[in-house]
Order: sequence, then C-alpha cells, then structure tokens
Amino acid sequence: MQKTLHINVDDCTGCYQCVLACSDEHDKSFNPMKSRIQVFKFEDEGRFVPYTCTQCDEAWCQKACPTDAISVDANGAKVVSDALCVGCKVCTIACPFGTVNYNASSGKVIKCDLCGGDPACAKACPTDAITFVNADTAQFDKMRNWAGKTDAGTQQSA
Amino acid sequence: MVRADFVIVGAGPAAIAAAETLRKTEPDKSIALISRENIPPYSRMALPYVLTGQIDQNGTYLRKGQNYYKDRDIKIYHATVTSIDAGQKLLHLESGASLGYGKLLIATGASPVKPPLPGLDLPGVEHCWTLDDAKAIADRAGDGANIVLMGAGFIGCIILEALVACSAKLTVVEAEDRMVPRMMNTTAGNLLKRWCEKKGMTILTSTRVTGLSDVDGKLKVDMDNGQSQIADLVVVATGVKANIDFIAGTDIEVNDGIKIDHHMQSNVEDIYAAGDCAEGRDFSTGYWSVHAIQPTATEHGHIAALNMTGRIAYYKGSLNMNVLDTAGLISSSFGQWQGVEGGETTESLDAENSRYTHLAFEGDRLVGALTLGRTENIGILRGLIQSRTKLGVWKDRLMKNPNRIAESYIANTQL
Repeated sequence: MQKTLHINVDDCTGCYQCVLACSDEHDKSFNPMKSRIQVFKFEDEGRFVPYTCTQCDEAWCQKACPTDAISVDANGAKVVSDALCVGCKVCTIACPFGTVNYNASSGKVIKCDLCGGDPACAKACPTDAITFVNADTAQFDKMRNWAGKTDAGTQQSA
Repeated sequence: MVRADFVIVGAGPAAIAAAETLRKTEPDKSIALISRENIPPYSRMALPYVLTGQIDQNGTYLRKGQNYYKDRDIKIYHATVTSIDAGQKLLHLESGASLGYGKLLIATGASPVKPPLPGLDLPGVEHCWTLDDAKAIADRAGDGANIVLMGAGFIGCIILEALVACSAKLTVVEAEDRMVPRMMNTTAGNLLKRWCEKKGMTILTSTRVTGLSDVDGKLKVDMDNGQSQIADLVVVATGVKANIDFIAGTDIEVNDGIKIDHHMQSNVEDIYAAGDCAEGRDFSTGYWSVHAIQPTATEHGHIAALNMTGRIAYYKGSLNMNVLDTAGLISSSFGQWQGVEGGETTESLDAENSRYTHLAFEGDRLVGALTLGRTENIGILRGLIQSRTKLGVWKDRLMKNPNRIAESYIANTQL
C-alpha cells in the first residue's frame, strides 16, 4: 500500500520540529533553509501551515527535467538524483506548488523524498499534525483539487 | 519502403515526450523518430554544463538507459528530412530514401542564426547549440581567454554563466538597452548588469557588433561605439529560427513557427507540430506564440501524441516562463510580467542585495511575475497564474508586500 504524508493544519502548533528534523535528515544541519518541509505562519489568523510536496501524479518537475534527474521511487516519491541534476532550476518554475527549491550550496535542487519511506518530519511531529498514512485514507485534498485547476492546460477525454 | 504509424521528426524534449506518450497509449503501433545528429537524443539545455565540465556527454542524454528506446520499440533513424509529400504521406530523406507515415509530428526545434555581419565565418566564432559547438567552445575558453559574447538574451545568459565558470575574461555585447530584454524590465535588467560588472564582466548594452576580422590569429571585434576588442573566441547568441525549411512546398501554415491548433495539429491533416518549431497558443494572451522553453516542449509533445492516437486532448495554451542563473544571481519570469491594460503592478526592490520582486495583476488575479535573487517557492507563481486563483484580500497584501507570494497561495488553498 502506497503511503503519503497527511497534514492536519488544525493540529500544528508551529513548533518547527518537522523543519529541523528534515534539515537534519538530509543536510546534517538544523537550518530551515535546507528543509524540504516549510511551516508558514499566519499571524492574523493565528495559524501554522506545514507545507511540502504532495508527490503529485502529474509530476511537473519530472516532466520538465532536461537531464532525466527526477524519478519515481518505490514509495511513489519523486526523487532528485544529485548525480544527474545539473541545477538548471527548470523544475523549480515548472512545479506549480513551489515545492522544488534550489539549494545554492550544493548547486542542485531539493524536494521532499519521503525519506525513503520513513519521513523524519512525521516522526518528529509531537501533535500528529503530520502523519504518514495509507494513500487512500488521506490525501492533500486541497492541494490536489488545486492541482486539477493548474494542470498544464490539458483536458483529456477518451 | 519503410512506413511507421507514427513518425516524429526531431529528437529533443518535445519529440521524446511524444514518443513516450505514443508508446504508453498505443503499445502495438510502430513509432519512428528521425534525428539529424548521430548521437542519442540529448538536451541542449544541458550543454552549458558540459562546457563547465560538470557533466559529460552522457549527462546530456534525455533518457539515460542504454536500451531505453529499443526497449520501448521506438525506432530511431539518424537522417535528415529534405521534404514532405503530404498527399502521399511520405518523408523524403537526404539519403534518397523515403519514409511513410500515418501521423506525423514535426518537433525539429530551432537553430541559431548569425546576423549578416562580416567575419562571422572565421574560425573561433561559435554558437553554443550542439554538443560539437560546446566542445569547440571548451577548447578555446581556457583560463584567462578573452571571450566576446554577442547577445545577452536568455540563451546568451545561460552560456554566459558557463563561460564565467571557465574563468574566461568576458565581454558581453547586447544591442538592446538592457540584459535579457524579453525577460526583464529596466530595473531588473540593470540590477543584473551591475551584478555581472561586479563579477568582473564587461557588459555593453545598446551596443552592436559591426564586424569581425582576423588579426594575427585572434579575432578583432568592431563595435558601433567606435571601440574594438581582441578576442580568442566569439560566441554568437543573437537569436534562433525554427527548423522548418523542409516543409517548403506543403500547405502547412507558418508564422514564426508552424501554426498549431489547441490539439497541436497544423492546418494539414495528420501533421502535428510541437516545441520550439511550433507556434501554439499562449495561455496568457490566447494568441499564437513560440515559447522556446522546456516545459512547453514536453507539454506540446504529450498533447500532440494523445491527439495523434485519436484521443481528444485540448491544450489551453502554454505559459511563458523562464529561470536563469547569471553568475549566481537567479532570476525568473512568468506570463505577462509587463502588466496588462487596466491591471496593476507592484514591486519591491532591495538593490543592495540584488533582490527584486515585481508582480502584475488583472483584477485580483496574478497574471505575471518577475523575480531576482529569489529561489524560494518560485513555482507558486506559475501555479497562481495558471490556476487563475482569485486572491481576494491577499491581492492588497501582495500589493503592499510582493514577497508574500507563498503565503498568498497557501492561505487561499490550505486555510
């Protein structure tokens, strides 16, 4: 069963543990700029929103890559190969969610890879605002609906 | 005579995207791809990284598996098409052979053009367009070499990055009044120019090269400002032209590229076009435009392929967008960044840190954006424009602070 990150915005307290865990996991640092998950703070609304790649089916990033550097792994994650990525950044403008970002210190792009099937952000979340669950029980529904609106201009009928 | 159900002329991103979609949707039909260069399909966009030595030739290949095409029964012919007989549904090849097609996709891309100036055929004058070009440049662009780059458009600036990385002494000559004029307004263009100058480059805008000559084995570059420059290498990036000479004699309608409809079909039945040689619909304006960018090429290829198989796939149009890294300063542009009639624009400028964000709205929808010095979440700009998201209260917040791009999107979709 494919699993996916599920984010329940209502339970996020803005502790940023996910951000630090992600940075630690991928970059051996505690640097929010190196995290593949971000937490946005909305002061007026008093809300926090963890935000990362949904591993969408459309995979704009993968299609836009000129060097075949983005592939789908066994967990359904779209994964960047550092060996193949040349840092051209086309995927960073192609992804309509803005969840592929350029990392100037490596000269490559970075994105959520689901940590190979055991996401550090979900493990670090103290309130279960981020969980790693079966794909059919939870989706990033709002993002996916939006994905439908943003599709690369295609409408297909059989 | 050989015949294939689907024939694709070209071997770039649009061609490969099409071939893959065709194979996926029609497992049993024959697919032939005609490539003019005698190497596996590769990405021109990756060539600057060959120049810098970051990748080798293999790193430019669009698909990496050695038997990738063979395994998918996509037959690649290395040949040059000289003409089309649309009545007989035949392609004539330079070798004298011909190839029949059921449905044809023209995805031949574009080629650089040299301005009509004296001396541009001298040795040491190169484009940066093919793998061979990249190798020729690498041979001459050693440490301390003097290089003149003609053209500071998008392609010029991509090459610029690589030439700087080769530790060359670079002079850039651009006829227009700013760098990357089709992607930058005056503010952004000037920021970029200052950045390049700080990095030791000489940037001459509103300047034209008037001619080249050979002086003791070096190239003398004369300019209309009365000055001249001695160079080891001159790289020409002054524009490109669609590779469609071979369609002469057909009824295919052409403007800057082959005019295609919402289904990627030309006005001639069973002939489709995709990518840099095609003039398709612009998402923003609804008019025809050539968007010579990778995302458009792969979208065109995919949609064309679906329609070629008889499925009906409608394309709303491509969003013009670009991202550029100019010696470390990253810029991006999307859609109608120039603004639209009756719309509003806003900007935030931090000249000291070369950071700039410029947004264009129509009502409470984002229609264009231009950024410098920003890499975080820039894809959201595409998403906001292409989804035509109504920003509501966030429109005013963005007018006041254009850097709240990510928040404006997340608030509209996640809260």
